[in-house]
Amino acid sequence: MLELKGVAASYGPIEVLRQVSLQVQRGEIVCLLGGNAAGKSTTLKTILGMLRPTSGSVALEGERIERLPTEDIVARGIALVPESRRIFARMTVWENLTMGAYSRRAAPVEEFTQDLARVYALFPRLEERAGQHGGTLSGGEQQMLAIGRALMARPRLLLMDEPSMGLAPILVEQVFDIIQAINRQGTTILVVEQNAAVALSIAHRGYVMQDGQIVMQGAASSLLDEDHIRRAYLGED
Amino acid sequence: MLGILPQQLVFGLALGAVYGLIALGYTMVYGVLLMINFAHGELFTIGAYVGWGVLAWLINTQLGGLHPAWVLPLLLLMAMSASGLLGMALERFAYRPLYLRGATRLGPLISAVGASIFLQNAIMLTQGARMKVYMTNLLFPRSWTVQVGGVRISALVLVMISVAMLLMWGLHLLVQRTTLGRCMRAVAEDREVAAVMGVNVRRVISLTFLLGSALGGAAGVLVGLYYTQIDFFMGYSAGLKAFTAAVLGGIGNIRGAMLGGLLLGVIESLAVTFLNPAYRDVVAFVVLILVLVFRPTGLLGESVPHANKV
Repeated sequence: MLELKGVAASYGPIEVLRQVSLQVQRGEIVCLLGGNAAGKSTTLKTILGMLRPTSGSVALEGERIERLPTEDIVARGIALVPESRRIFARMTVWENLTMGAYSRRAAPVEEFTQDLARVYALFPRLEERAGQHGGTLSGGEQQMLAIGRALMARPRLLLMDEPSMGLAPILVEQVFDIIQAINRQGTTILVVEQNAAVALSIAHRGYVMQDGQIVMQGAASSLLDEDHIRRAYLGED
Repeated sequence: MLGILPQQLVFGLALGAVYGLIALGYTMVYGVLLMINFAHGELFTIGAYVGWGVLAWLINTQLGGLHPAWVLPLLLLMAMSASGLLGMALERFAYRPLYLRGATRLGPLISAVGASIFLQNAIMLTQGARMKVYMTNLLFPRSWTVQVGGVRISALVLVMISVAMLLMWGLHLLVQRTTLGRCMRAVAEDREVAAVMGVNVRRVISLTFLLGSALGGAAGVLVGLYYTQIDFFMGYSAGLKAFTAAVLGGIGNIRGAMLGGLLLGVIESLAVTFLNPAYRDVVAFVVLILVLVFRPTGLLGESVPHANKV
């Protein structure tokens, strides 16, 4: 579904991605692991056209998208749950969800209603707080809103940037259960995580990044067994 | 002196509603771009000139029967179109090349100061440095007054207040209830995430300039009709006053701009009543200084959460 081939990208003179190649197949959950500044978020930004690759290609369902403006890429069915949620704090929960559906504004209203019902079914708390400003929600609720907002776009591919960040362990578990549920409903997911243990427990495959490069890849189960991963990301000796 | 107080209050409201209209342009642009459009005062001036031109043309054609019911909407429409389109052009050619290339926030700001000087001189060169006179009394004869609780108010003042309020209410509905309004608020809050929602950020910024500048143009017509004399320099002090109103209400906050405008108009009018009228401008800028010292975020302002914005 998504294929990056030899992608390089820079912030000014600093090269942040080097020869990144990765694939996400339809129906998969793929996780992208790595420490701080490994280039994980930058990879997502490059997929979304927020950063232009200096070389290499990004293809969605075989079509090259690396030169398209962000709004066109989003319209092709990619949605993002941004790092640290970044919901619209001064807009109501309902307005946030409406903004999520913006790329589908040409679709019939019934589809919007269906999508809203689906999001409310996943997150009943959002329905209770529909009229409240996003900024008044708790951290966990904001994460639900960020996920719900992305789902309103009916994405074929959902990108998630550190969904566990800043959440209590019990909430992390909940969020990852929901990610699995969304995946079972047919959405392909690429999730960026520092929390390798949790991410690998739900992912089918994983990639490990370091210094802007992919240094390891494989099935989630085999990555979990790698000594190197255990040491670097699971905090084991 | 207290006898004229109610009347002064009504004048204050009219003046304040106009300040509010102009202030909206500053605050909307600040909301989406975090810059002060210093050329906004000139867009107001251009609205006044376009209104003057259309009115003068109507009078010259000697159609007769110039009833404000259709003349005023026509003046407003022409002035708003001219100012709105010019505001869009400014954004496109004077600001966008700078903010898209990631220049510092200072870049577009300096460009705006330049655009202001350029427009001022362009108006002076094409229209002359002498003032133009609005033939207001052909539209609103002095005898048209309304008696409200012992206070005699000219129809023009009531029309000014109503037009300004109507435009502000319309903008409020647009921003709060429509898809475009939601997009504008989303862009103001987090431009990057708005783009990820599929919003064409450049287009929303462009439309924000169109709307804000159009309101400034409408204010130009109202001020022209009220003071009857306009010149190429009128946008300077009106712009500064409206900017003060925007800061007073909380820059970036739309309701704040309306409130700030009304308050400033009333304060100014009271100052003229109780102090020497020469202090009129002093009062406005004392208000600006006090706000900046004691409540820099303005009356309705929030601290601006733009820290993580790229």
